Order: sequence, then C-alpha cells, then structure tokens
Amino acid sequence: MQRYIVPRVQSIPPSGIRAFFDLVQSSKDVISLGVGEPDFVAPWHVRDAAVHTLERGKLAYTPNAGLIELREEIGQYMHDRFGVHYEPTSEVIVTVGGSEAIDLALRVLVQEGDDVLVPEPTYVSYAPVTTLCGATPIPVSTAEHGFVLTVEALERAVTPRTKVLLACFPSNPTGATMTREQWLPIAAFAKQKDIVIISDEIYAELTYNGDPISVASLPELRDRTVVVSGFSKAFAMTGWRIGYACGHRDIIAAMLKVHQYTMMCAPTTSQWAAVQSLREGRADTARMVASYNQRRRFVLTSFAQMGMQCHEPTGAFYAFPAIASFGLSDEQFAKRLLLEGKVAAIPGSVFGIGGEGHIRCSYATSIQQLTIAMERMQAFVTALRVEMPE
Amino acid sequence: MTPLQRQILDLLTEDARRDIRLLAALLGEDEAVVRDAVQALEDDRVIVKYATVCNWSKIDPQRVTALIEVTMTPERGRGFDAMAEHMYLYPEVRSVYLMSGAYDLLVEVEGANLRDIATFVSSKLSTIERVLSTKTFFVLKKYKQDGIIFEQRTKDERMSVTP
Ligand SMILES: Cc1ncc(COP(=O)(O)O)c(C=O)c1O
Repeated sequence: MQRYIVPRVQSIPPSGIRAFFDLVQSSKDVISLGVGEPDFVAPWHVRDAAVHTLERGKLAYTPNAGLIELREEIGQYMHDRFGVHYEPTSEVIVTVGGSEAIDLALRVLVQEGDDVLVPEPTYVSYAPVTTLCGATPIPVSTAEHGFVLTVEALERAVTPRTKVLLACFPSNPTGATMTREQWLPIAAFAKQKDIVIISDEIYAELTYNGDPISVASLPELRDRTVVVSGFSKAFAMTGWRIGYACGHRDIIAAMLKVHQYTMMCAPTTSQWAAVQSLREGRADTARMVASYNQRRRFVLTSFAQMGMQCHEPTGAFYAFPAIASFGLSDEQFAKRLLLEGKVAAIPGSVFGIGGEGHIRCSYATSIQQLTIAMERMQAFVTALRVEMPE
Repeated sequence: MTPLQRQILDLLTEDARRDIRLLAALLGEDEAVVRDAVQALEDDRVIVKYATVCNWSKIDPQRVTALIEVTMTPERGRGFDAMAEHMYLYPEVRSVYLMSGAYDLLVEVEGANLRDIATFVSSKLSTIERVLSTKTFFVLKKYKQDGIIFEQRTKDERMSVTP
C-alpha cells in the first residue's frame, strides 16, 4: 500500500532512535543509558489526586484550552519561576505533552516555502514535524561553541525565508544551557530578521548552574516567543501526556484553533494531576533535581577518570561525551559499547549535525546501575585503547 | 549539622554501602572533605551504625514481632529512663520508645515463635517493678520499615531507549 502514502511522509527518514532501540531490545543484560525519561515515578500525592478525580467521575472533556484551574496554575508557575506574565485565559494552552505543543506551534507558524532554523544536535522531532508542515528545517551547528547557540552560527544559516527558530535549552541531547547574556544578541537577531522563536523549555527545571531561565523573560522576546513545556521531565509525568504552551494571544489562539479540531483537549485525569503537581509538587521537583545533579557529577567524574572528554552538561539529564578519539564513528562506538560493554548509549549523529563523534548518555537511572555502567564503560574504553594503533 | 552532612546522611540512609569515593563524586566534593564529614557524624553518634535491613519473614516464616504497650509508674527523679534501659538491654527487644498518650513505653520484641514472646512478656516484662500493665499486639506483616518498602513494587517500567 506504500503508493498511497503521501510523498511528504515518505520523505521523512526512519528514526535512528528506533533502529537503535531494536538493537538494544535484542541484547541481554544491558544497562541502558538510552532512556530519555525520568527514573522517578510521579509522587504519590499526584497519583492519588488523579485517582481521586477518577473516583469522583471527573472525566468529561475539559475546555479546549485546558482546565482553567490548570491554566491559572501554569500562569502562576511561569511568573514565580521565570518572571514572565501570561494571561491564563488567552495566553496559555494545555496540550497532549510538549510534543503536541511543538506540532501546533510549527503548524500555525510555517508552511510550504518557509524555513525553520534548528540548532543541532537537538531533539529528534523538530525536523520531521517541520517537514510535515511543508517547511524546510535548516540545521544550525552549535558543536563549535560548546553546544551553545551563537549569532554567528545563525547568521551563516539564516535564509530570506526563515520564519522560525526552534531552540531547546537545556538541551536534549547535549545538556547545554544558555544564559540570559548568551540570549541577548540572539534576541536582537530575531528582531532584526523578524523571526519567531519556539523555545522548548521542557527541561528548564533541570538546570544545575543557577536559576532556570525562560527565553520569554527577555522583554524584547516576550511576544516573539512561544514557550513549549510540559510535565514529563520536571514532574516525572511522561506517560500522562500533558504539556503546554505559552505565548502571544494571537499565536495561542491559532494553536487553539488547530488543537480543538485535532485533539479536543488534553486528557482530563492528567490535567487534574498536573494541577496537583503545580500546587504541591514543586518540592518534589527540587528533590528530583538534586538527585539528578548528584548523578550528573558522578558521571562526569567517571568520564574524566576514563579519559573521556565531555562538555560539562549544565541541564537536562544527559551527558554528551566525545568519542571520536577512539577512531570509531559514533554508531560503531555505540554498537560495540552495547554488544561488548553491555551499556546502551545513543549515537550522537541521530540528533543531527554536530552530534557525530558523540554519544548521549542519560543519567536518569539509579546510582547503583550507573556505578555498574561506568565500570563497564571504563573496561570497554580500556580495551579499545589497547587495540588502537599508536 | 552542615548541608554537606545532611546530604551525606540522605545518601547513606538510602544505601550504607556507598563508599567515600562515590559520595565525593556524587556531591562534587574532595574525598578528604567527605571523609572528615562522615567521621564527625560517626564521632557525634549521629551515624549510630551501618546496619542491614532484612526481611526475615522470607527465610524464617515462624519468626514473630510484637509491639507491646506498657504502662508504668515513673520513678522519682529518673522518670522512665531506668525502666526503659532495663527493657532495652534484653536482646529480644528490638526497639523502645517513650510515648505520649494512653501508655508510656512502646516496646518492639522479636521472638522465634509466638510462645517465645508470650513467655518473654509474662516472665520478663510484666515482672519489672513499676510495670502496671502490658498489651501485646502481634505483627502479621511488615510492609515498610524505616522508610524502606519491603516488597519491590517500583520495577523500572521504562522502555530501554527513548528520544
Ligand atoms: C526536548 C524535548 N522536547 C519535548 C519532548 C516531548 O515531551 P512530552 O511530549 O512528553 O511532553 C521531549 C521528550 O523526550 C524532549 O526531550
């Protein structure tokens, strides 16, 4: 039936993550550092709140934009945490995960003939969704600057047809974060080129070098930015499928128009659970972040001990060490690490340009497992060095 | 207590086998600093012991635990301390708490079987001078102890590779 599939979908390459997943599935006794989700489950009080709403039968559709209680909590949260004010009734939309928010934002902002700047390496959905919108993803390399986005790199990549910059800091897969100072020149650039920024801030809470920032907190970017976020990472709620976007009322209204016909609303139970997370779960987030930070330090110390170069990740729960010095491609390295070392890490090239020569290691796994994984990696790279030509 | 000591305690109460090197890496501190902090906690007997939490019922289904509420007349000048000591020196006694409310001491006793405990209560506990009454409750199942859930229910449900 292949001939029925539209060329636009056919043109999207198969997911590199998926291929690696199949390989990992077929291997035994592997410790996986390939997991892109928290190892915590949502705190009991959050799950309990969800059960409570189920028991009381609060299971009807919610308003398209989401429960007003939740939008108000999100507005409050954005204000408390990032100092940005959003009107809950017109500038916040609750979505099915950050994923849907990315999809909606791109759908209402770009079409055939438009270009989208995508700083890479980055999260794997941005380029395919851009393609689905008929627009063209233009990769912007960040590898030369410690995985931080610069105006120079943007200037090199920008086209007259560029409408959107789709950024993700703290970054999946590199763990890089950006400071307000680093955003300032980009704000000027966006204004000058009349570009809208979609800022995926789903990992914002997981920032280890100071307070998290939102791109929208730069006054000149407030209306030019669609902030995409969600509960999956900061509140350990991946399977609940609940996220949101905040932005200028015109953009949010357009996103709502698409959302109401394609999704109706985000899952009701998950919305109530999200309300509980924001009302009483912020201390849980702090506890989880402290724990990720410990594991981040441990992994970095271990990499240093095995002589593996790694840019210090200051956000998310990923480390992105360089492995090019072993004389293998990242795919070869990851495959051999899996088969010989019994550790799964994702080849960096699946995350786009600049990812090659690196592997993504998620440290969202228990200290016990991480300890074993690091011992195995140590043994693996030691063996690799022996076989390397001088 | 310093914030560092607090973090060390959290990590060690989760798993007492974590060594200085691992603690130092997790906390981003020098090993010497961590070693000193642990030493100070041990010296002050904040860290009392590095013990193992066992689910004895797995290997010894006969073994029983009882919680005993004890009421007693306090001693002039010494309150309940001497009597509490008298009780906790018995190896059968796992824990002793001074309580507010309807009774005075809560005593946790462990024995090889029910009779063992009955004998202990009648011949040792109740005969202690100033003990007025005891009420014995047998534990049928232990679900959680010291913050540790006995049945491992949080299996990692995640897929091994996700974006
Ligand atoms: C950068 C980034 N954005 C968005 C998502 C999607 O998250 P969700 O749809 O669960 O909110 C992920 C998940 O891995 C991610 O890493």
